[in-house]
Amino acid sequence: MARMKFICDAERCIECNGCVTACKNEHEVPWGVNRRRVVTLNDGVPGEKSISVACMHCSDAPCMAVCPVNCFYRTEEGVVLHDKDVCIGCGYCSYACPFGAPQFPSQGTFGVRGKMDKCTFCAGGPETHGSQAEFEKYGRNRLAEGKLPACAEMCSTKALLAGDGDVVADIFRNRVVQRGKGAEVWGWGTAYGSQQAGQPAGGKS
Amino acid sequence: MTHRLHLIAIAALALGTLTACGEKPQTGAGIRSDAVPYAGTGSNFTEPGWKAGDKASWEAQLKARQQYGQNEYTRTQTK
Repeated sequence: MARMKFICDAERCIECNGCVTACKNEHEVPWGVNRRRVVTLNDGVPGEKSISVACMHCSDAPCMAVCPVNCFYRTEEGVVLHDKDVCIGCGYCSYACPFGAPQFPSQGTFGVRGKMDKCTFCAGGPETHGSQAEFEKYGRNRLAEGKLPACAEMCSTKALLAGDGDVVADIFRNRVVQRGKGAEVWGWGTAYGSQQAGQPAGGKS
Repeated sequence: MTHRLHLIAIAALALGTLTACGEKPQTGAGIRSDAVPYAGTGSNFTEPGWKAGDKASWEAQLKARQQYGQNEYTRTQTK
């Protein structure tokens, strides 16, 4: 299996916010925290495009590089997760992330900034799989239940694709060939294009 | 002689107090290990069609789910 990846097809996204709602509902994300959101470019102008944005689980994740307490780790499937027991809520990852993924709940241990919260690719965190502790800190662990991220599975137009990177690329490639346009993928190169150190070893793409 | 002993005692005391300024080992920090996703959760919400602990069946399950749920071309085109 290749690594897990997200892709958002801007030709299909209709800005329904179904992915945002699915994420908030699945993980019971607190008020004021948005692990996923829909961004519209050239809003109101004919030809406007919308894209669903969250943590892309980058191959060479900048958040991992700047974290002063090294709370991030990457799973065998390429999912970038973090340990909330180690996080100090400094916010460095927020400045480093090109997608604006890290969120800081206003109620927390460290003043106005709580421990960082972000999309987990529905893979939970470093707690026992399916435990209450994991759910309260990181949300539901759908991958360990044999499911894919709720946002992509709930997407009404299948604009948001998630899962095995090779399958995601195949689905998107087939679409582009069928419709003959819309090959541009926002954020793909930024998240997965880098061939630097820190990527999962052999067999991952 | 006494003066020298005093100096040595003061130096030893200063050295002893400095050790208190040293860094304590931080054994509580660091990332705890995370179990592999194909280990399963044991919950009733687990998707049927794969066996917990079997990586190959988990991967096959996810790929099949991805093709069925996200690729409408495989569902609509029979040719």
